[in-house]
Amino acid sequence: MPRNLWSRVTLVAVVVVLSGWYLYPPKRTINLGLDLQGGTHLVLGVEADKYVASQTDRAAEDLKATLERKGVAVKRIAREGDATVVVELASPQSWNDALTAAAELQNFGRRDEDQAAGRFKLVMSERVVSRLRDDAVRQGLETIRNRVDQFGVAEPTITRQGSDRILIQLPGIHDVARAKALIGKTALLEFKLLDERVSVEEALKGNLPDTDEILYQRRVDKETKTERKIPYVVQKRALLTGAELTRAEVQADPNSPGNWQVSIEFTATGTRIFGEVTEQNVGKHLAIVLDGSVYSAPRINERIPGGRAVITGQFTVDEARDLAIVLRAGALPAPVTILEERTVGPSLGADSIRQGLIAISASAAVVFVFMLFYYRLSGLIADVALGLNLLLLFACMAAIGATLTLPGLAGIALTVGMAVDTNILIFERIREELRLGKTPRASIEAGFRRALRTIIDTHLTVMGTAVILVSFGTSSVKGFGASLFLGLAASLFTAYFFTRLLFDLVYMGRRKVEAISI
Amino acid sequence: MIELFKNPNYDFIGKRKWAYYVSIAFTLIGLTSLVAKGGLRYDIDFTGGTLVQVRFEQAPSVAQIRSSLSTIHLGESVIQRFGDEREYIIRLPLAAASSEEVQKRVQSALAAGGLGKFEIRRLEFVGPQVGRDLQLQAVYLVLVGLVWITIYIGLRFDLRGGVAAVIAVIHDVLVCLGALSIMNREFSLPVLAALLTIIGYSVNDTIVAYDRLRENRGKMVPKGRTFADQMNDAVNQTLSRTILTSLTTFFSAAVLLFFGGKTLEDFAFVLFVGVITGTYSTTYVAAAIVVDWTRYVEGRLRRSKKAVAKA
Repeated sequence: MPRNLWSRVTLVAVVVVLSGWYLYPPKRTINLGLDLQGGTHLVLGVEADKYVASQTDRAAEDLKATLERKGVAVKRIAREGDATVVVELASPQSWNDALTAAAELQNFGRRDEDQAAGRFKLVMSERVVSRLRDDAVRQGLETIRNRVDQFGVAEPTITRQGSDRILIQLPGIHDVARAKALIGKTALLEFKLLDERVSVEEALKGNLPDTDEILYQRRVDKETKTERKIPYVVQKRALLTGAELTRAEVQADPNSPGNWQVSIEFTATGTRIFGEVTEQNVGKHLAIVLDGSVYSAPRINERIPGGRAVITGQFTVDEARDLAIVLRAGALPAPVTILEERTVGPSLGADSIRQGLIAISASAAVVFVFMLFYYRLSGLIADVALGLNLLLLFACMAAIGATLTLPGLAGIALTVGMAVDTNILIFERIREELRLGKTPRASIEAGFRRALRTIIDTHLTVMGTAVILVSFGTSSVKGFGASLFLGLAASLFTAYFFTRLLFDLVYMGRRKVEAISI
Repeated sequence: MIELFKNPNYDFIGKRKWAYYVSIAFTLIGLTSLVAKGGLRYDIDFTGGTLVQVRFEQAPSVAQIRSSLSTIHLGESVIQRFGDEREYIIRLPLAAASSEEVQKRVQSALAAGGLGKFEIRRLEFVGPQVGRDLQLQAVYLVLVGLVWITIYIGLRFDLRGGVAAVIAVIHDVLVCLGALSIMNREFSLPVLAALLTIIGYSVNDTIVAYDRLRENRGKMVPKGRTFADQMNDAVNQTLSRTILTSLTTFFSAAVLLFFGGKTLEDFAFVLFVGVITGTYSTTYVAAAIVVDWTRYVEGRLRRSKKAVAKA
């Protein structure tokens, strides 16, 4: 008996035990893809340009304020494109003052200067633009993660995909529409004063100052289900935003039974600003604006010192709860759009698992019976090796946390067919050696040795393709590639190492081998 | 010992002229169908759009579903039975409306259509950017796969072998795509995965034959055996393995096709066709090209030697 036989037996035993350990209990250890367990897969595109634009807007506002302070008269300061501010001075005399003020905007460089006309442009540097774009996606991802965590989804996956996409996977989720609304909402909360000097009628005709805008309040009549839009003239400048918010809680609306409201509490800074704003504007109306829609515009009766406010708007309890979540988690720095969605209901997932398992079992059964019939005892050896192959494959998936998808199941069914190829290659080779008149032992030896190179070649080429699938493919293609790769890696081990070991155990132990059952 | 073939010695390579005609014919049939039908039918994975899989409590008719959807103006919808008669797939083209809006409208239209209770079991929305990305990805994956194979075989064997193997693979891909087109099946992401598997499988087979040829050439080559004869020997020597492996893989693919469920049907179909053409192309495309290429090169060498001798 070869000396290293026992160490090989030990190795296989260790591998089997390890596999078992990784796989137990199977329901918990194997990650099922969304197509198998049901759930939603979303790819969101972050409109990062809008974040850049909003930062440029802010810079333009700052510059306007600085120039005003310095007494520099300005004809026009406006954003052009996403990252450029056009400055037109009322007169060229204040050119130098304007340049000093502009120099304070560190992220911008001056272009197209025309001193005679008193005109120049401020352009954000490429480096800053790309940093801002990156910030928008990163912050967006964090915010969405926060929201999803608070919404309560078991084991969500939220990752960045490429430069400006966010991949979200929510397994086992039932109310998909609600989850999507929660994730996709920008949730920019703003407090803006109504401009009561301008009548709504005039404003709708287009007679609107630069600093104002028309925003609407949506009111749904609960009986007729019709939607009414009430226009408001509000000042563009937000006095306070949701960034200064510490708490948001759901409450019953005391003024309208059956409806719910969200009470919010500001940070210290927010409280101070809110106090000042309310003090200075007693008698005016303050609009509470969420994502560009007015929710309410109550009259300020007196200074509000405590830093609390409520958002009302005929909310159901779920709507109020979701609004509280998004307000707590904060606004998205830039709007997001759904680029891709794949939702699989739990019943379909269960069907797919059943069908996939039937397919794997059936293809394994066909192969098992065939091998047994054709190669007898050697076929049995191959079958045992195939069994180990499947065990190893699943264990590897559990160990590295790979996800089993429906195409992945197909990949496994296919691996069964291809893994047996390795055994066939070896067996046919052994038969050839036997035909040449070699002794059984020599034939086994030569058969394995000769087949090895071919086996490595065939495995490496297909594993190479599998690597390509995993690295460049998305979702379903990836899952398929992963199971194909692991299946082939396992087959390399089992067919060559394990089958060989079984042959050695069966035939090498005896003193004299008369014939091989092959 | 059960043996399929006892010392097989068929003249495969000798009949390669005919095989070329057959290969070209099959490729052309596929291409004709592709051209006639204006390209492949792409799944929403590649075109973008919305797919809704609905299971009704009572079996409706396609006409009923179509009429209830006609009110929502979302463009030409494709309605297909999927599996049993209670389950349907509705495909909608990309619309100006957002994905949420499309879903809402479909749901309310079906609810208003008097079709009884239903359950939306699957919903997929692929936006235009993602569709374009996936299209690019498909082409990219196939190309990178082919490059990988050419490099691997080129290094392990020789360039002739690599190029011939890749031509065989391209033949298989074209035949599979042609079959998809003829059978009116759709090109989706799983089909792409199947195609890439077939690329691997086809090469696998080719490598086994090449390996054998190289091993034989390492030994003493009997006198008078031309390169074509040696290739034919290699094919014959690996014949039982080829047939056995093809059979087992073919069974696996067939099982998937018939028991794998509707979702995997197109995937399994490509494997099914691919296993057949992959096995065929090893001998009659890859090996045949290597033989003719070698003959051509050797012939030119001989002629130039003669020319040198004359001079």
